[in-house]
Amino acid sequence: MAAVEQLQSDAARDTKVRSRDVNVYYGEIHALKHVDLDIYANEVTSLIGPSGCGKSTYLRCLNRMNDVIDGCRVTGEIALDGDDIYDKSLDVVQLRARVGMVFQKPNPFPKSLFDNIAYGPRIHGLGTHKDELDEIVQSSLERAGLWNEVKDRLDKPGTGLSGGQQQRLCIARAIAVNPEVILMDEPCSALDPIATAKIEELIDELRTNFTIVIVTHSMQQAARVSQRTAFFHLGILVEVNETEQIFTNPSDERTQGYITGRFG
Amino acid sequence: MTEAVADAAPAIRRPDLSEARLSRRYAAERRFRLWGQLAILAAVAMLGLLVFSIAVKAIPAFTQSYIALDIVFDGDKIDPAGTRERNTLRRADYDGLIKDALKAQFPDVSDRRERRALYGMISSGGGLQLADMVLEDNTVIGSSQRVWLTASDDIDSFIKGLIPRDVPEDERRVKDIEIGWVDTLEASGAVETRFNTPFFTSGDSREPELAGIWGAAVGSFFTLLVTLLISFPIGVLSAAYLEEFAPKNKLTDLIEVNINNLAAVPSIVFGLLGLAVFLNFFGLPRSAPLVGGMVLALMTLPTIIIASRAALKAVPPSIREAALGMGASKVQVLTHHVLPLAMPGILTGTIIGMAQALGETAPLLMIGMVAFIVDIPGGITDPATVLPVQIYIWADSPERAFVAKTSAAILVLLAFLVLMNALAVVMRKRFERRW
Repeated sequence: MAAVEQLQSDAARDTKVRSRDVNVYYGEIHALKHVDLDIYANEVTSLIGPSGCGKSTYLRCLNRMNDVIDGCRVTGEIALDGDDIYDKSLDVVQLRARVGMVFQKPNPFPKSLFDNIAYGPRIHGLGTHKDELDEIVQSSLERAGLWNEVKDRLDKPGTGLSGGQQQRLCIARAIAVNPEVILMDEPCSALDPIATAKIEELIDELRTNFTIVIVTHSMQQAARVSQRTAFFHLGILVEVNETEQIFTNPSDERTQGYITGRFG
Repeated sequence: MTEAVADAAPAIRRPDLSEARLSRRYAAERRFRLWGQLAILAAVAMLGLLVFSIAVKAIPAFTQSYIALDIVFDGDKIDPAGTRERNTLRRADYDGLIKDALKAQFPDVSDRRERRALYGMISSGGGLQLADMVLEDNTVIGSSQRVWLTASDDIDSFIKGLIPRDVPEDERRVKDIEIGWVDTLEASGAVETRFNTPFFTSGDSREPELAGIWGAAVGSFFTLLVTLLISFPIGVLSAAYLEEFAPKNKLTDLIEVNINNLAAVPSIVFGLLGLAVFLNFFGLPRSAPLVGGMVLALMTLPTIIIASRAALKAVPPSIREAALGMGASKVQVLTHHVLPLAMPGILTGTIIGMAQALGETAPLLMIGMVAFIVDIPGGITDPATVLPVQIYIWADSPERAFVAKTSAAILVLLAFLVLMNALAVVMRKRFERRW
């Protein structure tokens, strides 16, 4: 209930995604219970919690990636800019163009770097001419901080890059369609510290244009990159607050226990 | 706690025994490797023996003996009216010309039986060869020409040395008198053994020296074409639907089990089905590659579906997620990403299915493709036979010379199979992508 109080005090901020009473069931398993969470525009919100706590499940609700899982059922209300994303009339393809996603393991398509970035704009009809696509590819790679490293080998396969570069390629691919929200599911868990630092820097830069939700297992990372942090435990949203507040003065003792390493 | 560990440790760690254990492990590894190598050696040896014995038997079929005769193209006999009409020319008694030439070569053969033996030295296809010559250029009429004619099967075998001279005459297919003629002809340079091109360019024949494999090869080609055109799209679409779109319920489980069962159904059952449905119910032409291909497509479908599903399943889920996350629809995910990545596997499965279909005989027996067909099929509705059936027909023929033809046909079939499998490997390498 602390979460709701917090939400009211933040009324001044611009709410991008509004979730009310979100429940997710995998068959008989009640994976996510009554989550009320607001995500504010142009901020990084990190979701933390022990494994299996439902943070990834919640993240995947935001662009309906749970739809493809058999037996998965979502109830409650999630609204993006006030539009219910689980509305029957809403087209999931268009939703995913507005809410992009970066996955835990870098997963570039086994195509050229150019085609990797151009894929989204192509299927969404954002760029039809070669020069339009060229421009989108260049600007996306620039924004992902990858342009200088790869500009001479855009025709080489994306899978030939290093892990960190691949992940930045995936971020570039996600921002190529100019989404409003970018979801990141543990984007650095497969990367070394240097690559992680680059991605974190990138996330901070992207915040000016996008709303970012990031799931992370690293509390230091949450503290470094996010403005707000939500702590999940056993499918319940335990606490959500300013990141500083969560890490210095959590109001719930479960949060306290988790961030001090007593469980998780 | 510490005591327990101290007690347990000596029982597990026995440095004094580890030496023996190590050598036992190494010995076991060596043994296992040896058994594996022996198994491979046995398999390769058996295959090698098979191919070698077939190849040795097939060698005589790749050459053919020819006998040169001075043929007098007598205008009075070919075209007494002098009209040079094609029909007249075609129907003329060219066998008579050959007989005359033989008679002229061996004038002292007078006995009727001996004369028949003499005429029998030249293949019955000789007349047709002369007819073709005349039809192509009728100015040869009236002239006398030295023409190389195909030797009949027994004489051919003798010339190639397959019939030994030193066995008693009554146990020999070629009699002394014939040997004498051959020797005379050979002495005058009128006998030649050449590469057997007609074997690769002509259709079947009752005469071994005239029989060729091309008709069956073309029949196999048309049949496989029909099989591929039917089974590939149906197989890939079924696999894609079952793997990517179908809900997982009792019905799809049932379908899956039945597809797997279908793969194990004996092929002759598909032949019976083809006979009952395609021929008797739909009234499609008998002995035609169309029906043969349809029956083989039924047989190949499960193979393609199972291979394609395995290939689709092997595409990493991360690629699907990436595409879905970019806002690709399910069909776009399938056609842009999953299918291209699964293509090598699908193609390999398809070619293996095709190779299986190429070697299949039983279902085709049921729909009449076992018939004796001389003409080379020109389309999918012409009567035709296929390579394995041709092998079966020749193996069943009484003439000795068909033994070599059978082996040669097997070699041709094997060559096609090797070619197809090589194609599968090449396709695999070409379409393979790493991620």
